[in-house]
Amino acid sequence: MTELLKNKVALITGGNSGIGKAISIRAAIEGAKVVIGARDETTGNETVNYILGKGGEASFFKADMSDPKQIDSLFEQTIKKYGEVDLACNNAATGAPTVPIHEIDSDIWNHMMSVNLTAPFLCMKHEIQHMLSKGGGSIVNMSSANGLIGTRGFTTYTANKHGLNGLTKSAALDYADQGIRINAVCPGGVETPMFNQLYGRHSEAWKKARDFHPIKRFGTPESIAGLVTFLWSDASSYVTGSCLSIDGGLTAQ
Amino acid sequence: MEDKEFSGKVALVTGAANGIGRASAIKLAEKGAKIICSDVNEISGNKTVSEITENGGSAHFIRADVSNQAEVKSLMEQIIKSHNRLDFAFNNAGIGLFDKTIDQCTEEDYDKVMNINSKGVWLCMKYEIPIMLEQQSGCIVNAASQAGLVGGAGLSIYAASKHAVVGFTQSAALEYGAKGIRINCVAPGIIDTQINQPFWDDHPELYEEWKSNVPMKRYGTAEEVAEMVVWLCTKDASFVHGSSMPVDAGMLAR
Repeated sequence: MTELLKNKVALITGGNSGIGKAISIRAAIEGAKVVIGARDETTGNETVNYILGKGGEASFFKADMSDPKQIDSLFEQTIKKYGEVDLACNNAATGAPTVPIHEIDSDIWNHMMSVNLTAPFLCMKHEIQHMLSKGGGSIVNMSSANGLIGTRGFTTYTANKHGLNGLTKSAALDYADQGIRINAVCPGGVETPMFNQLYGRHSEAWKKARDFHPIKRFGTPESIAGLVTFLWSDASSYVTGSCLSIDGGLTAQ
Repeated sequence: MEDKEFSGKVALVTGAANGIGRASAIKLAEKGAKIICSDVNEISGNKTVSEITENGGSAHFIRADVSNQAEVKSLMEQIIKSHNRLDFAFNNAGIGLFDKTIDQCTEEDYDKVMNINSKGVWLCMKYEIPIMLEQQSGCIVNAASQAGLVGGAGLSIYAASKHAVVGFTQSAALEYGAKGIRINCVAPGIIDTQINQPFWDDHPELYEEWKSNVPMKRYGTAEEVAEMVVWLCTKDASFVHGSSMPVDAGMLAR
């Protein structure tokens, strides 16, 4: 354990798997008390147990991000147990249907909007309220390269993530002089178990996606966690309102 | 605090005499890197070196004008001669020009600012990259600016020179990304350093006015930018490539 985030309470939505899991583990390594809010109890508890086994502090509270009541409950339980939220990563998201816009079912659009954009908004309402009462905090929204550029077949997801970047920028301006920093992280392709399952590791589609990154490799969940940790730490004290690319050069081309 | 990721590694910082360059050189040295401080100002450049060595770090000064090809080439040759490698390069040397509208700017202004801020970054990369290709590793951070991503009244030539830095960074990232060299730039907002002092001396009334326009209601420090420079050189930044990293208190979010 290190002391970069010592004694801070860090809430990570979707902190049970993939990028979120790496963020939860890294936060614990840096000394934070970790709160994982997610739907899946099995992987949520697994991640908590992993952290506890390494001597860290973590809790899992079940919450489906498409249900505002469950988001309220996540924060109630967090405050009840830890009394505060110093750091937050609004990371939970749902994937993209790879169909063009005229084939997208409006129910799917509404569900994706609720999980990928409304939920971060609702989480930020809670987080900011607690951070204001404590005099500060740092929020990182998990956006995507699709928050900066478009991709064929990813219309809904792209709209969600552009929205999240907009939310990040305006909210950052609202609270910049009140000690709360708010940034977004915009990853390119990251090799999570889900990602490899979706593409099939080393398939032609997987290789094509990889080689679309000028660095000719995917990111790791741990490297995304590294940027989130930096943005949470005091080392980034003058960084707010930024939507930071972490994409192996994807959006530089 | 020494960090094993940096110990024994070799870092070049241009414009290391003052401000962001000086702060970055000091922070990289604290992490354990061996620093080559370069600048046109030998007296202040050597002061940065003394500050590092007095604190137990490793540093030495090599004078170079980054706008001069022969001097940049010689700088890199001297680094190879003394250290035989170059792991990190912060191409930071630059000058400001903040209070002239386009019609007031002279050809001399244009040549001076573009030669140092833009050509200087290109020349440094031109001679750093072959060293890093040979090693199959390296990390370059270029000093852009908020004015590298948006315009500013009275800043046209400076903004053009910093937009060029972003363009160089992105293009170089595409050329060398698959070859083990990561290349990014930092985009500081208004940082309270010496580069701005002549401007504040001429316009003292703007010091408070501009500050009130910063979303955080304060100017940044050189150390806050140095933190980003150092972070970009860490393994945590292994997937950050071709990026412009603002350190601007939200100026670009508006």
